[in-house]
Amino acid sequence: MQLVLERRAERSGTIALASPLIAVGLTLVTMIILFAILGKNPLLALHAYFIAPLTDGYSLQEIAVKATPLVMIAIGLSLCYLANAWNIGAEGQFLIGAVAGSWIALKTQGTDAGAWVLPAMLVLAAAAGALYALIPAICRVKFGASEILTSLMLVYVAELFLDYLVRGPWRDPQGFNFPTTAEFDPVATVPLLIEGGRLHLGSAIALLVVGGAAILLGRTIKGFGIRVVGAAPRAARFGGFNANQLIILTFAVSGALAGLAGIIEVAGPVGHLQPGISPGYGFTAIIVAFLGRLNPLGILVAGLFLALTFIGGEQAQIAMKIPLDVTKVFQGILLFYVLACDSLILYRFKLVLPSRQVARGAG
Amino acid sequence: MELVEAIILAVLAASTPLLIAAAGELVTERSGVLNLGVEGMMIVGAACGFAGAWLTGSTFIGALFGIVAGTLMSLIFALMALGLAVNQVATGLALTILGIGLSGLIGAGFVGERITPAMHLHIPGLTDIPLIGRVLFGEDGFVYVSVALIVGVWWFLGRTRAGLILRACGDNHVSAHALGYPVLRIRTFAVMFGGACAGLAGAYLPLAYTPFFIPGMTAGRGWIALALVVFSSWRPGRLVIGAYLFGAVTILQLHAQGWGVGIPSQFMSALPYLATVLVLVLLSRARTGGSTAPAALGTVFVPDR
Repeated sequence: MQLVLERRAERSGTIALASPLIAVGLTLVTMIILFAILGKNPLLALHAYFIAPLTDGYSLQEIAVKATPLVMIAIGLSLCYLANAWNIGAEGQFLIGAVAGSWIALKTQGTDAGAWVLPAMLVLAAAAGALYALIPAICRVKFGASEILTSLMLVYVAELFLDYLVRGPWRDPQGFNFPTTAEFDPVATVPLLIEGGRLHLGSAIALLVVGGAAILLGRTIKGFGIRVVGAAPRAARFGGFNANQLIILTFAVSGALAGLAGIIEVAGPVGHLQPGISPGYGFTAIIVAFLGRLNPLGILVAGLFLALTFIGGEQAQIAMKIPLDVTKVFQGILLFYVLACDSLILYRFKLVLPSRQVARGAG
Repeated sequence: MELVEAIILAVLAASTPLLIAAAGELVTERSGVLNLGVEGMMIVGAACGFAGAWLTGSTFIGALFGIVAGTLMSLIFALMALGLAVNQVATGLALTILGIGLSGLIGAGFVGERITPAMHLHIPGLTDIPLIGRVLFGEDGFVYVSVALIVGVWWFLGRTRAGLILRACGDNHVSAHALGYPVLRIRTFAVMFGGACAGLAGAYLPLAYTPFFIPGMTAGRGWIALALVVFSSWRPGRLVIGAYLFGAVTILQLHAQGWGVGIPSQFMSALPYLATVLVLVLLSRARTGGSTAPAALGTVFVPDR
């Protein structure tokens, strides 16, 4: 007796809707077991992770702040993945965007530069992120080099470049030798939405990005082309969609969004450029993209959920001394369950009973 | 002379984890499976390997811990990508994310601890030969294992019937299935071999390369191993050249930093990663006459009955 996969006649709509929920449920069960192994009370731990952050206003704002870069990056990545282009270097594009935007902030520091500073920073960061993402895209289209490996290698290069800048030429002379730039001027800072709070303009920009992506994918020919190229490359060729062009386009857009997220993080919650501005946003955004089923609204919900795990993880560490790495394990397990449940949209399990009349195959 | 010998020894040490991990991934990919989780399997192998050696005081047991940990990680991949027919690229990424978290969790208690590094071979007389003595007869066990491993892989893939069947699965899984070979079972074994090698490669880092564990100590070596497989055009012989070339680049940049070349250290540290990008571009460009990759690499296979 054995279990085998069998292709469904058509994709199951019920499972398509339920799969992210099943995946979250299975992840929670796994986490309860993991907490028990770590010798922590599972119910208290789950409460610290998922309920406590939702009960006070400060944490709620903090969730939105953390979700902002995740959602922006994941929207860009979802376009790539829909077109079957594998950008996994968003972390690097995020850092390069942060560096490029910071350059304007540092150049105008102490001058009487006006309100144009912040918009210029955002534009330059997006452009730099897009250019950085175009390196792997062009290597793939022109030379056939795997974009997966090249985009990832450039993450390490970006990290080292940022490290060089804040330890070398851009180091704050009054910073007691810490590897950080000076605090940005108010004109180079993302304004807060609530006075004295944490929520900033970036979250509103992220919502605009979600809306823009929904329109692009649902209402335009370009968006249709992206989906066709990924789902049915042969049909796309006959339909006159240029796959290479769409790889370049989706990489550029996702790089621009990651770069924008980078400068918003630096000019917003952080306030200056330093190493470690990202707790792995570029990689967590991959999970957000898949958990959101590569759908803009889904990504918004998934981004808020994963932001909750970041905040909950910090609170669980303070309250119950649960190591921060548990959050990463949680995110990895979640991605596995999401992918596994998605498989059941196209396939179903079938129990095969051994039969004595039919001889087993030659194998 | 002393310096030349020291450099060769350092290059071998830096190349060994790349060679071991890439040898395993090469077998996995020749069976038609693209496991992008090498980095995740390596880092868990590093944490478990250090834990094993620290608890028992034995490098050998530590290496075994690493191998078992890497194999277990690869079984998760096999369950997903082969059992549930999930996209292999996404599954490999998930394995890396999970591995980085798990290794932090496992290794947290061991940060700051030290162990005795792996013993080096010493044969009186032979090891003392100038220049080549320590290179040939004074290495740690991992270096010899890596050489034996790559020779074994070359022999298995090119000279045995089982290797031929494995390659058939990688080139055309439908034909292999029609001939009656259990494609998914063969691929599972290939994935497990890749995981065992990645785990051993990871364990090498805290057991022999540096005698302590730091989170994230694989620093992208798993990804470089993946690039090396592409570099080798899926051939074991070229893999050796590639691995030692990369080891040489790593050591070159370290020495250049030591000599005080006027280039900031971060630019030198970026060299291995930039070299990987450059090599991928040049090789893919040179290969316009048709790909040498296994034809079914990365494609989903669900047997029909």
